[in-house]
Amino acid sequence: MRRIRRGHVLIALFTAALCVPAAGVGSGTATGSLPTKIGKGEGSLNLIEWPAYADKSFANKFVQQTGCKIHRKDAGSSNQMVALMRTGGGGGGGQYDLVSASGDASLRLILGGDVQPVNINLIPSWKKFVSVFKSPAHNTVKGVHYGVSVQWGPNTLIYNTKRVKPAPTSWAALYSSKYKGKITVPNNPIQIADAALYLMKSKPSLGITDPYELNKSQFDAAVSLLKQQKKLLKRYWNYAADEITSIANGDVTIGATWPYQTLALQAKHVPVKEIIPREGATGWADTWMLAKKAPHPNCAYLWMKYVTTPQVEAKQAIVFGETPVNPKACPFMNKIQAGSCAKYHLNQPLSYYNRIHFWKTPVPDCGNGKKDCMDYNAWQKAWAQITG
Amino acid sequence: MAVDARRAGSPLAGARHRLSSAFWRRPWLKAALLLTPPLAAFVLVYLAALVSLFVSSFWSVDAFTGKLIHQWTLQNFHDLLHSNGTYLRIAGRTIGIAAAVTITDAVLAFPLAYFMARLAGRRVRALLFVLVLLPLWSSYLVRIYAWQTILSHNGALNWSLNKIGLPDANLAYTNWAMWIVFSYVWLPFMIIPVFAAVERIPDSFIEASGDLGARGRRTFRSVVLPLALPGVVAGSIFTFSLTLGDFITPLLVGGNSSSFIGNVVEDFIGINGNIPFSAAFATVPVIVMAAYLLIARKLGAFEAL
Repeated sequence: MRRIRRGHVLIALFTAALCVPAAGVGSGTATGSLPTKIGKGEGSLNLIEWPAYADKSFANKFVQQTGCKIHRKDAGSSNQMVALMRTGGGGGGGQYDLVSASGDASLRLILGGDVQPVNINLIPSWKKFVSVFKSPAHNTVKGVHYGVSVQWGPNTLIYNTKRVKPAPTSWAALYSSKYKGKITVPNNPIQIADAALYLMKSKPSLGITDPYELNKSQFDAAVSLLKQQKKLLKRYWNYAADEITSIANGDVTIGATWPYQTLALQAKHVPVKEIIPREGATGWADTWMLAKKAPHPNCAYLWMKYVTTPQVEAKQAIVFGETPVNPKACPFMNKIQAGSCAKYHLNQPLSYYNRIHFWKTPVPDCGNGKKDCMDYNAWQKAWAQITG
Repeated sequence: MAVDARRAGSPLAGARHRLSSAFWRRPWLKAALLLTPPLAAFVLVYLAALVSLFVSSFWSVDAFTGKLIHQWTLQNFHDLLHSNGTYLRIAGRTIGIAAAVTITDAVLAFPLAYFMARLAGRRVRALLFVLVLLPLWSSYLVRIYAWQTILSHNGALNWSLNKIGLPDANLAYTNWAMWIVFSYVWLPFMIIPVFAAVERIPDSFIEASGDLGARGRRTFRSVVLPLALPGVVAGSIFTFSLTLGDFITPLLVGGNSSSFIGNVVEDFIGINGNIPFSAAFATVPVIVMAAYLLIARKLGAFEAL
């Protein structure tokens, strides 16, 4: 009798334990159909990724552990990612499982119905994330998570230390005629936010508080600044490799970049340095998002769980030149490359993140009750006119 | 059994006979039957694509979700014309560079094609043919990247200029760079039709011109050039249309104002899935090419293809 009773208690406790995370899901999200556990892998995983986001150096172990064979589709730009997710009837077309979308694409995918909510409690590392990456505005809408943050990086100012003297400290360098014909910036509508960030500090009278929430007059000021900047540019860069070539060949001496290019150039012994100027910087944060019609959801969850573990976060950060969202990765980074945790700013206090304005898709709703902000469509049209 | 089979076959044979005589009496019927399959394929593959392009240019797209809205609107064409001239400028740049590339290629190709067709021996001609076609064996992208390194600040061009005491030519990432690269990549497409046209000029015409007292220059102007012109026009169809539709070269060697129609189309579809606007813009090269082909037909280009 006693034995049986103890058994009953154990079962009851076990059931209760299972209910706790489930209850958490129920209160946190609106959808009831979220999975409560990760099932057996389907043997296959189709990713739309930034090149090296499922690098073999850490992905092979995942394949061995889970039996999910990875098929990669590399994307060259955020726009290409969105296009890939929408071809074949949207929602990844029933072909793709996950997409490593950056903040300028993620909201578009959510509102376009191309991705589905995920049960964040199935990804244990999530609780350890730097707080700004737990439920950021670019991947969490009304408390519903549409994916898990994975890595991030700032948009920095790069310059050739031999040709650019004195060393710049402000984004003003990219708007000054001193380096006319030697400047490059990315060919991306989200670049308008960089101009807005600069204006936020240099022209406080415009009243910009968030570089992604611009009303008509603030927006026009940023656009006209970029139209002036255009005359100073050597070119707009489309792919990271283009910028690396331009700087390595000496056609460009200063520009807006990602740490990835800086590291690649430094590896080639090109005398370049990068800084986060005193105005702060914009930044991209990537999210593994689950496609609406994902054919292999279990493998997708297993992947999200795997890539956010400290060891893998550390490896990916070093391979790609970016910063993990999981601070537990710090010692593992230092083990791979001494001092790399500090080099990628993973040891910084929370105040550091306040200087980074993470990419998010601009929407009409300014967050102040008014709906007079310029939406992404306006940003894109304005960008076409700036560059055209 | 055998008899039965023959009897069973005989009405069939009769039908076949009636069919063939029907074809003989009505030749158009046979032509229609022969032409229907290729014509259907043409209509489906080419015209249907063009029509759907044209139709979708009158639709619009939900800016945020990227879903198509199937309502007739002229907004796309209005935007094309009223955006501070942005899209007109881009169209003008595209057409202008396409025209410049075509003229450059014609000027470069003519002497070479003339030499190959009329002056070179058999072996030299074969060698030149291989040399002209050799670039086509490698990827077009590789050749553009090669030009990127040649024209760059530290590239072969500036290095050579500095060696002979000249200053740097800052050609990398400019519209001049695009002009050079386009002229290079499409040159073979001009040489071949010009060669074919020049080769077809009978020797006797040139001898007759000489017999009538015309010197070399006069013969060239009054005999060779008019007869070779259809070849030049045929080549220009290739160089012009290939440049008009390109978007990779502006991306890789263009500067800060180098967008082509193709780049705008790519951006609009890539960023917002805005197929309607892209379709509206894509009608511009269609119209330009239609006009161009009509003129080319007047000049007899299609006889030289």
